[in-house]
Amino acid sequence: MEGNAFQIVWFILWAILWTGYFVLDGFDLGAGSLIYVLGRTEEDRRAIYNSIGPFWDGNEVWLITAGGATFAAFPKTYAVMFSAFYSALLLLLFCLIIRGVAVEYRNKFDSKAWKTLWDVGFFLGSVLPAFLLGVAFANIFEGIPIDKNGIYHGSFWTLLHPYSIIAGVFFVICFAMHGANWIAFRTEGELSERAGSVARKLWGLSVVLAAIFFLASYLSTNLWDNYARHLGLLVFPAIAVIGFFVVPGGLVTKNYLMAWIGSCLVILGFSAWAFAGLFPNMLPSSLNPAWSLTCFNSSSSLLTLEIMTAVALIFVPIMLGYTFWAYKIFAFNKKSSQPAQ
Amino acid sequence: MDVVWLSRLQFAAAAMFHFLFVPLTLGLSFLTAIYQTLWLKTGDEDYKRAARFWGKLFLINFGLGVVTGITLEFQFGTNWSAYSQYVGDIFGPLLAIEATLAFFLESTFIAVWWFGWKKLSPKVTTAAIWLTAVGSNISALWILLANGWMQHPVGYVLRNGRAELASFWKVVTNPFGWLEFLHTVPSGYVVAGFFVLGISACHLLRKRDVSLFKKSFKVAAIWSLVWALVIAVTGDFHAYEVAKNQPEKLAAMEAVWKTEKHVPFSLILVPSESKEKNIVDALQIPGLLSFLAYHDFNAEIKGLKDFPKDERPPVAPTFWSFRLMVLIGFLLIILGIWAVVRREEPEKHPGMLRILFASMFLPYLGCQFGWIVAEVGRQPWIVYKLMKTSQAVSPISATQVMISLPAFIVVYAVLGAICFWLIGYHAMKGPEKEEPAGEITY
Repeated sequence: MEGNAFQIVWFILWAILWTGYFVLDGFDLGAGSLIYVLGRTEEDRRAIYNSIGPFWDGNEVWLITAGGATFAAFPKTYAVMFSAFYSALLLLLFCLIIRGVAVEYRNKFDSKAWKTLWDVGFFLGSVLPAFLLGVAFANIFEGIPIDKNGIYHGSFWTLLHPYSIIAGVFFVICFAMHGANWIAFRTEGELSERAGSVARKLWGLSVVLAAIFFLASYLSTNLWDNYARHLGLLVFPAIAVIGFFVVPGGLVTKNYLMAWIGSCLVILGFSAWAFAGLFPNMLPSSLNPAWSLTCFNSSSSLLTLEIMTAVALIFVPIMLGYTFWAYKIFAFNKKSSQPAQ
Repeated sequence: MDVVWLSRLQFAAAAMFHFLFVPLTLGLSFLTAIYQTLWLKTGDEDYKRAARFWGKLFLINFGLGVVTGITLEFQFGTNWSAYSQYVGDIFGPLLAIEATLAFFLESTFIAVWWFGWKKLSPKVTTAAIWLTAVGSNISALWILLANGWMQHPVGYVLRNGRAELASFWKVVTNPFGWLEFLHTVPSGYVVAGFFVLGISACHLLRKRDVSLFKKSFKVAAIWSLVWALVIAVTGDFHAYEVAKNQPEKLAAMEAVWKTEKHVPFSLILVPSESKEKNIVDALQIPGLLSFLAYHDFNAEIKGLKDFPKDERPPVAPTFWSFRLMVLIGFLLIILGIWAVVRREEPEKHPGMLRILFASMFLPYLGCQFGWIVAEVGRQPWIVYKLMKTSQAVSPISATQVMISLPAFIVVYAVLGAICFWLIGYHAMKGPEKEEPAGEITY
């Protein structure tokens, strides 16, 4: 099919949905990863669960929407990507299922064994998805062995290699930093202080991993190629770098909201950098670039893209409106919830 | 077992499991909203406590509905990639719209309802639970329009080796999809109605919180009967649509083997697929089947033998699921009438209460049977007359599915058991005596 502007529009919207997902579910997956590090007492743990309570479900919907948008706008990419990543995706799925149930059920029965069990589920269901998402996207950036018919010539283990493992670890640490900032912001007293201090250490680690990941991407992928041609795109990694300065600025002054906004910028900057670098590819082929799936060769018909655009223009602003309102009433007014008993 | 069969079993397991929780979500969200609205209007504390009680049970159930739904969205891509590529132009947008319009709405506002109980005014939290209910029901509409398209594809053109959208209007006004919606969603309402009736019955039998549960009972009784009747009516319209558009499914549902006019409805019927006839056929009502299917006593119904063998759906599952579903539907109407007749003083009728408690599972079963008719009855097609299920699978190894299928069954069985146990625990604990002190938390 010939190239058209809507394919570019939908590549951008697709990238925005995934970016939104990483920025939002990033902090609740990150918070879950820290349940043992920060949750020393029962009160601590309850506070951590409640810090993400009103938000995690709505955040997760960004994943469903990103997947749905991939299906709607780029069905060929959706089909090849999801079947190629079969085992990784199902593992991700089980982890997210357990995470969701853990958050909702943990405090609904008064037994130490019950709570301990769900804490394990919450932890694994937070750490593993972060890692798997890193692995999955690293493979998307690098390309996977798909042939000209979109058939994947690999297995689950093909997806695990140095570049993707670095990405996985980077996602885990970055989300954890983001989660620590959120916990520091949303809780009070000693827990908040400890979260701030953990956030500082995670920030240091994230900076190092970020540098490694930028370098590894230069060596293993073509992500930087678009940047050589269009220097203006450098605004995206610049946002990430700015974020890396805002985070400690907030932590040092104990303005944890600022620190969290900083880690939002980090994740946003990284995601934008990656997707801008990926364009127009959506799933490169490591066997032959001619077999890569792009936004131009894997999209839906023009009519479908036009209709989806109309739907998005009407309903996404509404959704953003009430989402922001919910965040405002539960988080962004400065009398944030006490961790109740 | 090949990858097609394994993937079919996996999708069936995932879909049926998801549909253990969705109907209650669809109905209990509205019932909770109704109780809370009655509190706003009357100031009666019983209604407030009822809203919090039923809403808490709703919340426990809702979580599992959400997480099992993600599985289905993923599974179109993981196991049915050929299908996804072929119909993505039409099917994809319906799913994306479902997420954008409905999932965000229900997920955001259920959290507003629960966590905002003290922080926000009663009017705002009441609006929140109504929006949650609306969100869930909007989601049902879009997914049923998607399934409706699989059953009766419209508004498309075959181009570039796939189905491409030709008319979005035709797709969203597809009568098949709307009739599915008007039949499936009330079935969820009835699940919720009998859920409330059964649990209320339990407490009334034990004479606990009688005032609150009498009020819950009364609302749920009227609710259940109204929607049980709607199911019967829309079921008839829906079957008429099936008869028109999917004659093979109709023939399987009713075990019609030979094409004939003025087809009777047999109250007792036992089909034999191998013999291609009914081995027991008794208590016939002349012409009734023709009338039910085509609203004409003399209408001709095409028999299974006049369809190619490889285009006939499996008869036994389709036939028995249909009959059992209809039987359950009628039982629920009768039980609904009984509950409505006794709605002012249900505590004086322990026999009825015990039967209502024992009947809570019936609507659940009805829902599952209905979906078996819809999906098994469409076989061998994944998109009716356009694509066969056997052509739709991903090019993946059977080994991967041989691992994932049992994993799903085990994980789902464990989580499902925990969910129902937790619901039972909180249901039996009864409504809170007073609201928790301090902020609302988990």
